[in-house]
Amino acid sequence: MSVRPKRREGLRALLWLSPWIAGFSIFFVYPLLSTVYFSFTRYDLFTLEFVGLDNWRYLLQDERVWISAGNTLWLVVFMVPAQVIFSLGVAQLLTKVKAGAGFFRTVFYLPTLVPMVAGTVAFVFLLNPVGPVNQLLSWAGIAGPDWFGDAAWSKPSLTTLALWGCGNTMVIFLAALLDVPKHLYEAAAIDGAGAWRQFRSVTLPTISPVLMFSAVTGVIYALQYFTQAMIASRVASGATDSAGSVFTPGYPDQSLLTLPQWLFHVGFRDFSMGYACVLALLLFGTSMIFTLILLRQFRKGEEVLS
Amino acid sequence: MSTTLTAPRHTRALPSTRVRARRRRILSWIATHALAVAVAVMFLGPLVLVALTALMSDEQALTNNLWPESWQWSNFADVFARSHLLGWTLNTLMYAGLGTLFMLVSSVPVAYALARLRFRGRRLAFLLVVTTMMLPPQVVAVPVYLIWARAGLTDTLWPLILPMLLGDAFSIFLLRQFLITIPREYTDAARVDGCTDFRTLVRVIIPMARPAIAAVALFQFFYCWNDYYGPLLYTGINQDNWTLSLGLATFKAFHSVQWNLTMAATLLVTAPVLIVFFFAQKVFIEGVTLTGVKG
Repeated sequence: MSVRPKRREGLRALLWLSPWIAGFSIFFVYPLLSTVYFSFTRYDLFTLEFVGLDNWRYLLQDERVWISAGNTLWLVVFMVPAQVIFSLGVAQLLTKVKAGAGFFRTVFYLPTLVPMVAGTVAFVFLLNPVGPVNQLLSWAGIAGPDWFGDAAWSKPSLTTLALWGCGNTMVIFLAALLDVPKHLYEAAAIDGAGAWRQFRSVTLPTISPVLMFSAVTGVIYALQYFTQAMIASRVASGATDSAGSVFTPGYPDQSLLTLPQWLFHVGFRDFSMGYACVLALLLFGTSMIFTLILLRQFRKGEEVLS
Repeated sequence: MSTTLTAPRHTRALPSTRVRARRRRILSWIATHALAVAVAVMFLGPLVLVALTALMSDEQALTNNLWPESWQWSNFADVFARSHLLGWTLNTLMYAGLGTLFMLVSSVPVAYALARLRFRGRRLAFLLVVTTMMLPPQVVAVPVYLIWARAGLTDTLWPLILPMLLGDAFSIFLLRQFLITIPREYTDAARVDGCTDFRTLVRVIIPMARPAIAAVALFQFFYCWNDYYGPLLYTGINQDNWTLSLGLATFKAFHSVQWNLTMAATLLVTAPVLIVFFFAQKVFIEGVTLTGVKG
């Protein structure tokens, strides 16, 4: 009696899941297996030649892989924490604001909606050597750098862009902060805890699952970082990057070259599909590690929920 | 003796601490709001500077001025005249509109099955959804591109739209998270009344999940509207096939000395998103919270 309906439910589930199963097989499982196969070939869309481990050996001497890995590491070490800390600060500020709370919340969230390309183009303009930001700095007697044209400043410039668009993280933190039970603060206040002490001993431990979740998703997105870096390079260097045009990715001085960008260039500009697949597997492995960490976090959250 | 000594001191001390506490509260109120205003200026500043530049003359936008000498509203018309902006907008609308529609048709039933039906491997299926959601699209880019090249559909937007008929991992995840919060009694009651899965979905689940469906639809629409990587990969060199983000990314290269036009184009791409947001603010914020707080 209890077995039969369950089995029927299994068949029904299969029917309901069938579009996704098809999508998962065609656009995930099959391509992933092909990627592994192509990584042992030299393939330029016309001729395919099996070359064994040649692509993998080339990986070791391709210095641009190390440059892009270094750039990604920079993003993980500086940009992700900056975004988490900044979003948390702004969310904390929002919990204290009484007058015009709705207004401030909207204004702080607004930049998140600006299309990535539009935001990046705008920032390259604002931070150009004679642009508005340097104009404002000059009033304070500071000679601003050539932000997106200087390898030392290009990644910090992208970080400001990321901070400007921190709205989603901020909203998540705000919801978490408002969920912290009031009585915990009251108890801490009775024990004589000041504002900082309350933040450290009550707020941070309570919201730590949300912080962890944001940090790991932040790292996963840093690994995929493509659009902003690509647009900043292109607009700042003035290159068009239509297919076939000469364009050195990662301008200035490869400081904005990320692994997904290098993969795109190798695969779809140089048409070295085989080697691009090696880079794809590298990206896959790294992302997988962080996804597993995230899933563990997530499962903890599920257990708390159910 | 001791009571007469302490009592007056106490009554004198009480108002002064109260006044001090009140003064401190007022000061912290002012400090908090001043800080909020400063942060608001930081967030709005870039948009204001972009808008001011969009209204400058060509020469002025190249010099370091902040305020337009003459207000050139014609810059916006110039953007339309000198680029394929209208065509890009139509392409983007097609991509975002059809993409969202297809995603809803496929992902709502999948989320329903994951959240409501009990079957073996349910947990594994859900883990796979989350995994595909987290993996960079670049990982499978080469073989997927080859599929579409063999189908002869590169140089169009179809490689981006058609897969939406087979479900979108992020939307499935978000919908499933919402659907598991609907009490089982509702669907059990429908089952007792003899409803099929399809009727339960249409009559019970979809009406109750309307806020989540709205949020997912908006996210999908804006994802497509803003997508750069997909169109870059598939739409080729013919500008007629481009979307807004692709066009805007290349705009500066074709109008190299005209920051004012580039900024006008930037505003034109951004404005529709902001307008929609003002009408659908609640949906957005609730959707974002739904994504994150589950952590």
